Amino acid sequence: MRIYVCVKQVPDTSGKVAVNENGTLNRASMATIINPDDMNATEAALKIKDATGCQVTVVTMGPPPAKAMLQELIAMGADDGVLISGREFGGSDTFATSQIIAGALHNLGIGEDDIVFCGRQAIDGDTAQVGPQIAEKLNLPQVTYAGDIEKDGNTLKIKRLLEDGYMTVEVKTPCLITCVKELNTPRYLTVKGILECYDKPITVLDYEALKDEPLIDKTTIGLKGSPTNIFKSFTPPQKGSVEMIPGTAQEAASALAEKLAKKHII
Amino acid sequence: MGFQSENIEEYHDIWVFCEQRDGKLQNTDFELISEGRKLADERGAKLVGVLLGSDVKGIASELGGYGADKVIICDDPALKVYTTDAYTKVLCDLVNDKKPEVLLVGATTIGRDLAPRCAAKLHTGLTADCTHLDIDMDKYLDFLRESSTIEVDPEKFKMDDTNLKMTRPAFGGHLMATIICPRFRPCMSTVRPGVMKKSEFDQAKADACELEMYPVSLSEDDLKTKVLEVVKATKKMVDLVGADVIVSVGNGISSDVQKGLALAEELCDALGGGVVGGSRVAVDEGWLSDDHQVGQTGKTVHPKIYVALGISGAIQHKAGMQDSEVIIAVNTNDAAPIFEVATYGIVGNVFDVVPKMIEEIKAQKAAK
Repeated sequence: MRIYVCVKQVPDTSGKVAVNENGTLNRASMATIINPDDMNATEAALKIKDATGCQVTVVTMGPPPAKAMLQELIAMGADDGVLISGREFGGSDTFATSQIIAGALHNLGIGEDDIVFCGRQAIDGDTAQVGPQIAEKLNLPQVTYAGDIEKDGNTLKIKRLLEDGYMTVEVKTPCLITCVKELNTPRYLTVKGILECYDKPITVLDYEALKDEPLIDKTTIGLKGSPTNIFKSFTPPQKGSVEMIPGTAQEAASALAEKLAKKHII
Repeated sequence: MGFQSENIEEYHDIWVFCEQRDGKLQNTDFELISEGRKLADERGAKLVGVLLGSDVKGIASELGGYGADKVIICDDPALKVYTTDAYTKVLCDLVNDKKPEVLLVGATTIGRDLAPRCAAKLHTGLTADCTHLDIDMDKYLDFLRESSTIEVDPEKFKMDDTNLKMTRPAFGGHLMATIICPRFRPCMSTVRPGVMKKSEFDQAKADACELEMYPVSLSEDDLKTKVLEVVKATKKMVDLVGADVIVSVGNGISSDVQKGLALAEELCDALGGGVVGGSRVAVDEGWLSDDHQVGQTGKTVHPKIYVALGISGAIQHKAGMQDSEVIIAVNTNDAAPIFEVATYGIVGNVFDVVPKMIEEIKAQKAAK
């Protein structure tokens, strides 16, 4: 039994975002983190490993530095890593990305007991599309927004969170599950894990390794092949018209209430 | 290679996937139908609602009242409750048979599960969480003039472009991106709930709406997941999207969370009644439940009055509230980014300023 966890290295958008003059994101100037939901996906896999001793493989598509993230996840408890990396893959939209990752997973082999975990969505794109699209390409059943997972042999009972409650979904392996932060609290790295992570294998799959993969349509990958293209990107105009109200708390509150009343806002 | 989705000239009409829960249409359906009407008129196409469920024929014509020319109904007991498998199979069969040019889906926990699965199956692109849609190029350029800092030069655009132009916030609203899907059909987009304006309901149009029953073909083999139960949250969910007044709290109340929340409640009441919201911090720290979160990962709101208490204004948060009519921000840091989008700003501590605000607002109202 093997569990694959699909993870992504993302710019840390919780701080200030740096934008280039042409309106694109200045990634080089921003710190990178492991996408938060992917940490929950990794923890879900490691919990099953704790109970069953199965193999946990972390998989990412990205530039070569993403290898450091895989090492960190191995230090957390994963057994090995797969880095899908190639210039031909760069600029892929979610459709193209999911084809490539599905192709890589197919190439690695998905057995009857296996599970693919993903985070619900990545904080850079917020699309939540890649998980379901990988599932479709691999013809696996999917359960998204997993807030609780019970595993009994090959059957999983998953609490799927909705806006107004939840539904309990039963699914059999092999399957793909996307995880939300309510699912668990990711564990910390251990010193032993950190010391050992450099000895664990990380496989690199490039274009050459995947080009004959039947799940990948070579005309719809990368920047040029992706079905969706950026037509225009732009920055919204700054409102910049804030009226700062000075004075002590009492003075400011009084002046504000007066303004609100005058403009019939209250 | 030869994918059916490449034969773009065969695809016509604007479709909206209409979601029902418990046999009831959702607000998002009416918003998307209203928006779809606008697109159908720009394109000179028909607007079709697609409704999957069990025993749902009776509710379909209401969609006509918001602008649908026609509703295609797939009625089957297996479609009563949403499952990825059954809904994907039925919707993709329908799309492959009837070939719509555009397919809009609400960006709900159901729509965001269904749409990517279908897009992958149909071999077409999908744009997530759109907040603005255009087909007509003139209208799109008007939108750019109003919503961007770009100098718009019509000479530089192909004015007869008929691709659906799907605009969405990227990186928490700091950047906006307009996405197109030029080589494949349908153009698919999920649309943020609460963003598109619902039109006035028109009974005559509802009565005139054409209904088509479409046969469902599902077998046991198609269904790999089983829904054991659907549980409604026992506590009432907070209706942030419909609120006129929202008072949100952030890190600035961390020194006394209970008091901070109580002040927010009290300020809501003073402003005529509203809902307490929170930043990502407030929800992550467990001060407020998930349904209170305003922002890119939470809800997009545009109330009449939005008050941000001790919220620095991370881009995720601003993306969810910057279109509010009046924004009042209170923060100890005069350089906090929240002031970039605020109408009125007060530099100060929440615990000092808010009690005075409540007092003064009450006094102003009493004096009226």
